[in-house]
Formats: sequence, C-alpha cells, structure tokens
Amino acid sequence: MSAPQAAQPGGAGTPGAAEPAGARTRSYAQALAEALREEMRRDPAVMLIGEDIGVWGGGGVFGVTRGLLDEFGSDRVRDTPISEAGFTGLGVGAALAGLRPVVEYMYIDFAMLAMDQICNQAAKIRWLLGGDVDVPLVIRAQQGAGRGNGPQHSQSLEAWFTHNPGLIVVLPSSPHDAKGLLKTAIRSNDPVVFLEHKLLYSVSGPVPEGDYTIPFGQAAILREGKDVTCVGISIMCQKALEAAELLAAEGIEMEVVDPRTLVPYDRHTVARSIAKTGRLLVTHQAPERAGVGAEIVACALEDAFDYFDAPPRGSAARTSPSRTT
Amino acid sequence: MARALRKSPATALARTVARLENASLTEITGLTAEQLCGMYRRMGLIREFEERSAALYRSGRIRGVTHTYQGQEAVAVGAVWPLNGDDYISSTHRGHAHVLAKGADEKHCMAELMGKVTGYCRGRGGSMHIADMSRGILGANGIVGGGIGLAAGSALASQMLGNGRVTVCFFGDGALNEGILHEVSNLASIWKLPCVFLCENNLYGMSGPVDEMLALGEDGFLGRPAAYGIPGAECDGMDVVDVFVGVKEAVDRARRGEGPGYVICHTYRFLGHHVGDPLTYRDKDEPALWRQLDPIPNYGRLLVEQALASSADLDTWSRESASAVEAAVEFAVGSPEPEVSTVLEGLFS
Repeated sequence: MSAPQAAQPGGAGTPGAAEPAGARTRSYAQALAEALREEMRRDPAVMLIGEDIGVWGGGGVFGVTRGLLDEFGSDRVRDTPISEAGFTGLGVGAALAGLRPVVEYMYIDFAMLAMDQICNQAAKIRWLLGGDVDVPLVIRAQQGAGRGNGPQHSQSLEAWFTHNPGLIVVLPSSPHDAKGLLKTAIRSNDPVVFLEHKLLYSVSGPVPEGDYTIPFGQAAILREGKDVTCVGISIMCQKALEAAELLAAEGIEMEVVDPRTLVPYDRHTVARSIAKTGRLLVTHQAPERAGVGAEIVACALEDAFDYFDAPPRGSAARTSPSRTT
Repeated sequence: MARALRKSPATALARTVARLENASLTEITGLTAEQLCGMYRRMGLIREFEERSAALYRSGRIRGVTHTYQGQEAVAVGAVWPLNGDDYISSTHRGHAHVLAKGADEKHCMAELMGKVTGYCRGRGGSMHIADMSRGILGANGIVGGGIGLAAGSALASQMLGNGRVTVCFFGDGALNEGILHEVSNLASIWKLPCVFLCENNLYGMSGPVDEMLALGEDGFLGRPAAYGIPGAECDGMDVVDVFVGVKEAVDRARRGEGPGYVICHTYRFLGHHVGDPLTYRDKDEPALWRQLDPIPNYGRLLVEQALASSADLDTWSRESASAVEAAVEFAVGSPEPEVSTVLEGLFS
C-alpha cells in the first residue's frame, strides 16, 4: 500500500457526528448519479465513456448514469462498442490531452480485458515523466458477489489494482461516501479505480445536497467499540455493522473501520483502533489468498504489534470462483 | 506481397521519380526547399543517433534493451513532416526516431537511453519510454500496440475540444495482430476521430516474418483499414517523399473533420530487432538488397539532382549531425544517475 497518510479527526464518517447538513435520503446509485451530474455541470472537461451508459433504460444497466445523456448529450455521455481495452485506452489518451474521462465497465470482471491500458499505461505515465503530466482518469465499475451472477460477473478485484503502483483505489460503502469520494476522484489528477458494489446500489442513507468531497486516505470509524476492531472493505462494512449489533447483544463491542481508499491507505486509524481493542478482524468479499486483508494485517502487525491480545483474523471468500448459488 | 517485398526490393525512390516527370519536388509536396532539405537533415540526425545508440549499447553504456531504426528513417520523418508542433504522435518500442522527428532534443533522448536524470523520463524508462507532452509526444511504449488507444484518445480530446489537432499513431506490422488495434480502429471510425494510423511494415515482428504471421485477404494490407471503412494508402517506406505525400493527405483529411486515415509504409530495419539480435531468421544477403534502397543517400542524391542542395551541403549536414549526436553523448555521459531516494517521486499528484 502507499505511504501512510494521517487521518484527520472529525471526518465525515466519525461516529456520533450529526447527520450532515442538508442531507436527504438517497440510494447509493442516486448518490453516484448526483456526483456525476454535479461534476459534469461544474467542469465541461468531464465526460463519460462506457457500455450502455446512455440510451439503455435511460442511463445504464444499474441506473447510475440515468438522465445524463439527455442533459449532456452523446458527446459527453458516450455509449461505446463492447471494446474494453479500446475505450479504456481512449480514456487514458483523452486524459493526457485535456479531458477528464470517467470510464465505466458494466462489471469489474471486464476490466481484465483492459489491464494493459490500466496497469501498463494509465498507472505508469505520471511516474515515468517524474510527475510532470496529469492523468485525470476515473475508472468506475461495480463488483462483488451476492446476486447469482456466476464466476465471471461476481469478482472483487481491489487487490489487483492495489498491488499495481500508480493507481488510487476507492471503495465507497455508503451513499454518503459514494458521492463525496466520486467527486474527489473526478477532481483528482491521478488515475482512480472506483469500485462500487452491486448490492449497495439500492442501499439508502443520508446524502448531503450539493457539493462536498471526501479526501482520499482518510478512514471512517463507522461504529465505536472497545473489544475488537473490524476493518471492512466495501459492502462488508455494512455486514460488519449488522454483526456488531448481534455482538452487542452478547456484550461484545466491535469497532468497525472503513478504510474507504486502499491507495492511499490510512493505516494510522486502524493502528489506533487496535491499540484500543487489542484484536483485529479484516473482512472482504474477494478471495482470502493474497487479498488486501493480508496487507491490512501486515500493516497492523508492523504498526501495533505490542497491542495485540490475540492473533489477527480474516473473514473473506474461499479462494475459489464465485458460484451462482 | 510481403514476400515479394522481402525478396525483390523495388527501385529506389521509384514513386517519387515517377511523380517528378510532371512536377517538381516543391510542387509535389508543397514544401519549401528548406523544408525538403530539412527532411534529409533530420533523417541524417536519426541515423547518426541510432548508430551511436547501438555502439553505446554494445559497449555497455546503455543497459536494458535498445531497438534501433536504421533503414526506416523515411517513415518517421515523412510521417511527422505534415504535422504541426502541437499535433500528437504516439510511438513504439522502436521509438527514438519518431520522437526525434517530432522535435525532441537529442541530448535528453540520449540521456534517457543511458538512464540519466536529464533524460526525458528522468532516466526511469530508458530506450522504450521517451515522452514529451510539450511537443505532443504521448510516448514511446514498451507494449506492442500499447500506444494505439492513447493516440485515439488524444484525437478524441482534440475533436471534443475543437482545437484542430491531429494525431499520428505509429505501430509496426507486429501490432497488426494485437487485439486493441481492432477495437481502436473501429472506435476511431465510428467516431470519426482525427487520427492517422501509421503502420510501419518492416517485415518482421521480432523474428516472425510478416508473410507467415499476418493473414491478409485479396486486398492485402489495404484490406485491414477497408474493414473499418477507413481510407487506406500504401507507401514506399524507403522514400521520404512518398511517405510525406501519403500521410499528408490523411492528415489533411483528418484535420478537416473527415475522420481517420490509415497509411501502411513498407520498409526494412537494416539491423536486428534489438542490438544484439542473433538474426537467425533472415537471409544474410537480405539487408544488402535493402541497403540499396537506403532512404538517406538516395534522397540526398535526389536533392542534388533537383538542385535543391549541393554535395557540399550534404557533407556539411552530415558533419552537423555527427557533432550534434556527439554533444548529446557527452551531455548524457556527464549527467548524473537518479538517486535511489527519488524512486517514489511523481507517482501521485
């Protein structure tokens, strides 16, 4: 993971914080749509490229881009042929030449067709030029299991992108974070891989009206607890919160931490939590072997070894393809 | 067709000589005498740069791998000469010539080859990674076909921003078999992007001869662009004037908003795939046949015949190229290597 960045107290996800001013209840998909619409209104260089994002159903298979074609036209909301490598490459080149493209894959599994463009091209250009060029590219896709989509439409690939130097990796776990993090991603001058979860699209929560951003590298403590720290990735934060309720009934207080971005990774917030609880559980939907959980545990052992009262544990998918049922 | 080219090189500058029956070089190209001589001088600089690169590699001053361009100079120069300073190019692993043609400074190029901090990429990339956004050079590329998407993406940006820029996308015959070329050709055609696909057929993809590796239909190479509805042309890649004329037509069309073009230049690399290539895959006699078509001396003779330059001019320019490259080598040798502590610099904004 990238160099640690200090967490700032009082972040958007800080427990006990009042509901953000002007917040309304919106779904995760609606929150993302608001971010896209507001950023496209704010900056004419922002454009969307992807499969079935415009005409289909009025805006994308999952409705995230609904209404954007009508408002911004087919130049800025570009339905593409089924050519993931090709349109990703166009996104990278357009980012180098003055646009701020948001490239969308219908499923993150399809990113494997474009890995050269993501990892060899987008991720390396800024570094190759010693930082002298911006690559303001966002790559969005939904990932994850739970809808019976089978082994080629259910994967969680955050570890692939986290491993590759040069990519920001973002996984929002709530509608609030989805909007604020996507705005930050679009304004970033680095390539950002923005990983949504297919089961979160219909989840609702408070979303402030208008403009706000959430800085990268700032974890959120979703629930405070003194007995065990649970670091969740993406939808597993929601699962962890449900589990924390059950544990509370048994008198166990679990603290739930959402890193929100894996690159950059806020290792300090996790370490501080372990210093309080003495125990660590990491949970993600991606397969366990060489998943980001291993990296999170490694960082925690480096940062907070003396505070552990028990071995750290992981809760992730078995290292197997994902079944339909 | 490819095998015929491999075995039976045509007459040097045949197409240009034929055109000269009806018009002067200036009339054929629309270029001034100075610009026409400029193509000769740039080809000479590239040849000198490549000869020195190969020597420096053999002596261990350049590490990694180095792919040189001797023999193909007419393609890089003829394809870049129709472009404006702010037009874009994307390049390949054999990219020194493309960037030098586009105006990159030979000193910073040589420093990059030697891994020095004064290189275009601070010595991080070496031979396969020279880029200079200030000159529209989107970068050489270590991945065959890796720059094709970037090229079309820059063309998409130019189209949307309405800035009138055109992109020339260089790739080799090897990349004709990379999937992304298919995807991007289709995208460029349906969106009418101002992008000129420029295929350099140097007859071999590393050791693979093009006539064994490339499936072509009745229309030969032109069948490829035709499949996407992109106007295509074939040029003699040993004839800088023919390349210029073919590419200029495509560039002008793209700049008028009429969509992409596709130019296939048949050429030959005098040396191997990289410096140190054992060359076990081609006839020993083959390079000598192609050297008769050497684009530099043949074009130089033509300039003299057409009274656009004198033999003394050619000698002078040759000496200038040699001293420019010598100065570049001295600059590179005298430049420091990057500090280990700087390796993470510039990874993120």
